[in-house]
Amino acid sequence: MSEKQQIRITVNGIEKQLEVEPRLLLVHALRDELGLTGTHIGCDTSQCGACTVLLGGEAVKSCTVLAVQADGMGVTTVEGLGQMGNLHPVQEGFWEKHGLQCGYCTPGVMMTAVGLLQQNPNPTEEEIREGLEGVICRCTGYQNIVRAVQYAADRMNSANSEAEVAASGSGDQK
Amino acid sequence: MANVFGTTVKRREDPRLITGNGQYADDVQLQGMLYASILRSPHAHAKIVSIDTAKAKQSPGVVAVFTGQDLLGKVGLIPTAWLPPESDIKTTAHHALAVDKVRYVGDGVAMVVAESRYAARDAVDLIEVKYEVLPAVVDQEAAMQAQAPVLHDDAPGNVAFHWQAGNAADEVFEQAEVVVRQRFRQQRLIPNAMEPRSAVGQYNAGTGELTMWLTSQNPHIHRFLLSGILGMAEHKIRVLSVDVGGGFGSKIACYPDEVLVGYAAKTLGRPVKWTEDRRENFLITTHGRDMTLDVEFAGKKDGTFTAIRVKNVANMGAYLSTAAPGVPTILFGLIVPGAYKIPYAGVDVYGVFTNTTPTDAYRGAGRPEATYLLERMVDLFAREIGMDPVEARKKNLIQNHEFPYNTAMGLEYDSGNYELALGKALDMVGYDQLREEQAKLRSQGRLLGIGVTTYVEICGLGPSQVAGAVGFQGGLWESATVRVHPTGKVTVFTGASPHGQGEETTFAQIVAERLGVAVDDIEVVHGDTDRIAMGWGTYGSRTTPVGGNAIAIAVDKVIEKAKKIAAHMLEVAEEDVEFQDGSFQVKGAPSRKASIQEVTLQAYLAWNLPAGVEPALEGTAFYDPANFVYPFGTHICVVEIDKDTGETKILRYVAVDDCGRVINPMIAEGQVHGGIVQGIGQALWEGAVYDDQGQLVTGTFMDYAMPKARFFNNFETAFTETPAPRNPLGVKGIGETGTIASTPTVVNAVIDALSPYQIKDLDMPMTPERVWQAIHKGRDAQ
Repeated sequence: MSEKQQIRITVNGIEKQLEVEPRLLLVHALRDELGLTGTHIGCDTSQCGACTVLLGGEAVKSCTVLAVQADGMGVTTVEGLGQMGNLHPVQEGFWEKHGLQCGYCTPGVMMTAVGLLQQNPNPTEEEIREGLEGVICRCTGYQNIVRAVQYAADRMNSANSEAEVAASGSGDQK
Repeated sequence: MANVFGTTVKRREDPRLITGNGQYADDVQLQGMLYASILRSPHAHAKIVSIDTAKAKQSPGVVAVFTGQDLLGKVGLIPTAWLPPESDIKTTAHHALAVDKVRYVGDGVAMVVAESRYAARDAVDLIEVKYEVLPAVVDQEAAMQAQAPVLHDDAPGNVAFHWQAGNAADEVFEQAEVVVRQRFRQQRLIPNAMEPRSAVGQYNAGTGELTMWLTSQNPHIHRFLLSGILGMAEHKIRVLSVDVGGGFGSKIACYPDEVLVGYAAKTLGRPVKWTEDRRENFLITTHGRDMTLDVEFAGKKDGTFTAIRVKNVANMGAYLSTAAPGVPTILFGLIVPGAYKIPYAGVDVYGVFTNTTPTDAYRGAGRPEATYLLERMVDLFAREIGMDPVEARKKNLIQNHEFPYNTAMGLEYDSGNYELALGKALDMVGYDQLREEQAKLRSQGRLLGIGVTTYVEICGLGPSQVAGAVGFQGGLWESATVRVHPTGKVTVFTGASPHGQGEETTFAQIVAERLGVAVDDIEVVHGDTDRIAMGWGTYGSRTTPVGGNAIAIAVDKVIEKAKKIAAHMLEVAEEDVEFQDGSFQVKGAPSRKASIQEVTLQAYLAWNLPAGVEPALEGTAFYDPANFVYPFGTHICVVEIDKDTGETKILRYVAVDDCGRVINPMIAEGQVHGGIVQGIGQALWEGAVYDDQGQLVTGTFMDYAMPKARFFNNFETAFTETPAPRNPLGVKGIGETGTIASTPTVVNAVIDALSPYQIKDLDMPMTPERVWQAIHKGRDAQ
């Protein structure tokens, strides 16, 4: 154990100051220090992806990142993804398509899906399955997770095209 | 409202789970909470010479260190709660922390309690233990040999139990026209629920109450067992399992660590949390399967099956886990004849101690192993007599008109329409065309394989009288309370303990349909021993057939009482009132009516109730089923094997399942998907491996192959609905069918694909390497 260090992390849009041991994992900082227990821990070897969060906008496994490495950066956890009444399309997809059963891997899988759709807004089924390489779900058999991601992609794309239509000023002309 | 039963309703548990608001055990944060970490044996078999905890006790933040010696006389033994009759079972002592000897890698040796997770973990490394290492044995047949190391002095020869059942005598096989023999290895699997196990204990010295948050599939059983082990009155213990991240059988057992947390919380007077990491989960949370099976299957040349018998040597690990002895005996043995008319069947089961992690129930628990060997034998038999495997099945399936059907193992199958499901699956997959295509591809040197399984499952555990007769140390009925609040909203309390199966939704659908209230007005409460009278939990696909029917009966009691009040309100005789779509109406004058909500309000106001009727409105049922339920179906898989790599690609997977009346098709389909993937995992990739010293070689997700999304295409699923005749809702279980059916289906397909090489069987998992080796051996032989 060594001396604690001061870090600042912007978590779900709110800046947090923490004093942490250099060895503290980001996922433990989120869960134990900040009480954000929506992010789960499923393994210790970066295989299962249950702990996936967005760090600096990218999906990372928070069990393999030290809290000090996140100093000065922004973190989005499932709590910051969307709330009831204002769900993120990925959350909606998981609810609509039965993309979860026990729900334990779900926050990490959803954050992975957000990362996946950022990189590839129109994934094929095969690309979604490949894109889920970093997560393990023991309940669903993945088929409905794939459907959930497809649903989210459709929603996000139609929202984008609506926005484009609105921006071009021709929304209600026809 | 009405007609909500049988329709897809989005899950009511999801809003909290998709927004990070679930409450899993490790999410519990309490003021002043301490953290526990457990030192685990690095040896599979060793005497403990000495334990020095001095350095650990001085480590920063450490509050206490406990060893096995410290707990003697204070913490009771970890019990075994399934004792198969006439099996000479040896329930050897299992201490929460090892006292004189460790018996598997992972056996608990000492526990540190400290101010933080990290401080506890640091101190564990400072405990010094001197061991005298003993020879270890990991294979169950090796453990039965005379010279094998003995784990428990009171179990000579390492035999934990020996159980036999059935009517298959030698003469049947001696006189048979055809006998096929085969040995199968049901490899050991690791359940790997995604949520590691966890326990949080909080003791209130003022009230003497201990609250435990546990990752449990059966909180009331946990409370019952903890009460005995900790020597505390049952009503002073509250167990909460609100959200549980999957179990698959591995969260049934009462584990040493849970007991230790309860003890530490009580002794130290501060809340204590312990959560296993994944490496610990691999080492200490119960494993599944691990049976060596020698099977004889007899029949006639015309394809008629006549007898099956099995010798099962089951690896129980170092101790007998809570429900473990029931798995290779009752849950395995009774279903060996499967969906076929086989007049003679028998099983001969040895449960054996080895220096490995204890085994216990794992999704399907005994039934996948039995179904596997049967469906493999049917294929081997069909091949032996030159019959199409589907024809062989059709010839022997129990027919629609033969239900209820009494089997050679003494079960009464409740209902079925096996050929309907088979026919539907054959149509969906296009079986005849597939066989033609296979022949064509074979002539081009390509290895297409088609595998079929026609299974039946025993589930909905079960009638309590039977539970007692087969040695289960508990009842298997279920409780339900349906409480209608003054405003007409409803809370349902169930003793079943779902952990991902969606019963907060399907149970609400049962009530909505029957009581005529909106699903959104119904809340289902589970996983809290203080709020729920009693319950036996969720396993053995019992939640819906037992817990669901308990709810239906409780609703009927609500209606029965409300009807009396409604008749009084409507000023007619009770016989003149009928209940429909949430409303009591006068027969022949349907405009004269009172809604369930109006009646409920009057029940609570109690200003003017009929004579003899008590105020308020709720119904409680304790439902003990009359029989098990027997879901069934047909699964068909098409694979292609790459000869150059040995890799199996699943081209198509068709599942037709019949679980009686389907409450929510979306959820039922989800259960099937998950089960299929878990079963295919066993067929193709998964397998726990120990070295000769008893070290678990496959101890992380890097070494143990978990199925991933990219391994699969979409499955094609369908249901037939043959209502269960012996319960009010007509439902059967669906949680385990996928796992039961998919393993033999895929293996049958793989072996079918390899038949040009004269390969009759391979051990699971059928990894590319194993298949490639077999192809090359086959080639060399040709």
